[in-house]
Order: sequence, then structure tokens, then C-alpha cells
Amino acid sequence: MVFTAIVFFIAAIGAITGAFGVVLLRNPFYSVLALAVHLVSLAALFLLLRAEFVAAAQVIVYAGAVMVLYVFVVAYVGGGEQLASGGVLRVLGPLFALALAIELCIAMLGAGLKGVNSKGAAYVPGFGSPRSIGELFLTKFLFPFEAASILLLVAAVGAVVLARRRHGLEPDEQFERQVHVPRPAWTGTMAEAGGLTMPAHAEERTLVEGEPVATPTSDRPDQEGGW
Amino acid sequence: MNIGWYLSVSAIIFCIGAGGVLVRRNPLVVLLCLELMLNAANLALVAFARMWGNEDGQIFALIVMVVAACEVTVGLGLVVAIYRRRLPIDVDGLNELQG
Repeated sequence: MVFTAIVFFIAAIGAITGAFGVVLLRNPFYSVLALAVHLVSLAALFLLLRAEFVAAAQVIVYAGAVMVLYVFVVAYVGGGEQLASGGVLRVLGPLFALALAIELCIAMLGAGLKGVNSKGAAYVPGFGSPRSIGELFLTKFLFPFEAASILLLVAAVGAVVLARRRHGLEPDEQFERQVHVPRPAWTGTMAEAGGLTMPAHAEERTLVEGEPVATPTSDRPDQEGGW
Repeated sequence: MNIGWYLSVSAIIFCIGAGGVLVRRNPLVVLLCLELMLNAANLALVAFARMWGNEDGQIFALIVMVVAACEVTVGLGLVVAIYRRRLPIDVDGLNELQG
């Protein structure tokens, strides 16, 4: 019991400190790191509540995948300028949070649930294990499970569509190069159709300009044959 | 530990997150504070699941985690799109839809 209490208080202090760090730290990168601390502490609390699978998913999904995504985006966008908070909300925001805390405390104290002041139901072995969670997902909660997978697919596609590079906002040089290929001199003209060859001085000009297509005679179909 | 302790921790974290959403102006940090609020709800769900000895609350917490992951993905995509358009990364500066 004493051990449980010690672990609980360490994890709770870690979670609350991490949450304060997310809100108070100025650099978004440090906020992300504080959220990682918060998530790991929360996973410890989940373990105390006998939710093994949720704790493992929390560490793997949040502290693993989502944090990496955050770190990448913070590194891409940059820490950003140190934004000062808005005038009105800077005062009203903490007041609102305090009011919410008082209201939640009243709700908790006034709750008629007897179980709140107990240690919970008797622990049966296997509670919260991957086996029982998986059974519930595939029997009782099959529809939410499938809906969640579709939601993940939609979110992945939506993120790709949102964050992709759009043509038309800024000139795309690769696209321009594909469309406006500089044609070698004396090709595709009336002169070529008439069987005229390139004058010597024109070829010199081409070479001087350093066009990438300086081989007008090699790939030209044989000049006597015409068509 | 009694279940009430977990619920109080959950309430504190939720209030910190709600205050952060209101105070901070960087959309990345606003998303982080939303994560805080969702995690507080998760903690309450798991605590109630323990209280009743029923695993349905844990399933609910897992679904909330899925939804939070989707929200983060789309939100970070929006942040990247904002950055690409050279708009200010500031939730107060993005008020074109305000009417």
C-alpha cells in the first residue's frame, strides 16, 4: 500500500508538472518535451489503475509516434517567435481555468458515487490485459473499432492533402521546365520542312549560347530523303 | 489509493489544459494543450473503469486516443499548410473566417 502511494504521488506530481510545463514554457520544443514527461507519468498512473494495455498503448502511440510527429513539425516550422499572449485572454484564461477547477471540485465532492472513496472493485486477474481488451474490441465494440480505423484512414488522407505542396501558389520551376522546353534552333520550322539545313553561323550561335541541345545534325533524319 | 485521488489529478490536468488553450497563441502549443485535456479525460475514464471493475471505460479511453491521434495529424497538417503560405503562425492572426 505504501509503495502504491509513493508511486502514485511521484506519477501525479510528474503529470501535473509536465502539464504546467506545456502551458508555461515559451519554446514550443520544450513544451513538446514536457508533454512527453506528462505522458509517461500518466502511463504510470494507468498501470496503477490496472490498465496495462492502455498504458502500453499510451507509451507507444503517444510518447512514440505522436511526439515524433510533433518534434518533426516543430523542427520544420521552427520554434517560432516568442509570442506574447493576448491582453484580455491572458487575464481571463487562468480565471476561467480556476473557475473550472472549483466547479469540478464541487462536482466531485457532491457526487453520490460511493465508489469514489473506495479503492475500486475487487481485482480479478486479467483485468485490462490485452486479451480481454481484444476480446471486447472484436465482440462487443466491433463497430467502434471499425469506425476508428476508418477515422484514422480519413485523417491520414486529410493530413496529406492539407500539407502537400500546391501548384499555383508559388511558381513551380520543375513544372515550367517540363512545359517550356527550349527547342533547338532550326527544328520544327518551315525551314526544316523545306529541307534547308542550318547555316553555319546559326550553329555557331547555338554553341555560343550554350544550349543543352547542341547536336542538330546527329539526330536529324537523313537530309536527302526528305519525308 | 482511492479513486477520488485519480479524479482530482484528472481535474487538475484538465483545467491546466483548458487554461493553456485560452492563453497560448502558438497553434502548436494549443494542440499540445488539447492533448492535455484529452489525456485528463482518459485518466478519468480509466479510473471509473477501475471503480466499476468494468473494462468498457478502457475501450473508451483507447478510442479517445485514436481520435486524439487523428486530431493531431490534421492539426499539424494545418500548421504546415499555414507555414507554407507564409502566414503568421499565430491563432490571433488567422481571423479571416471571423466574418
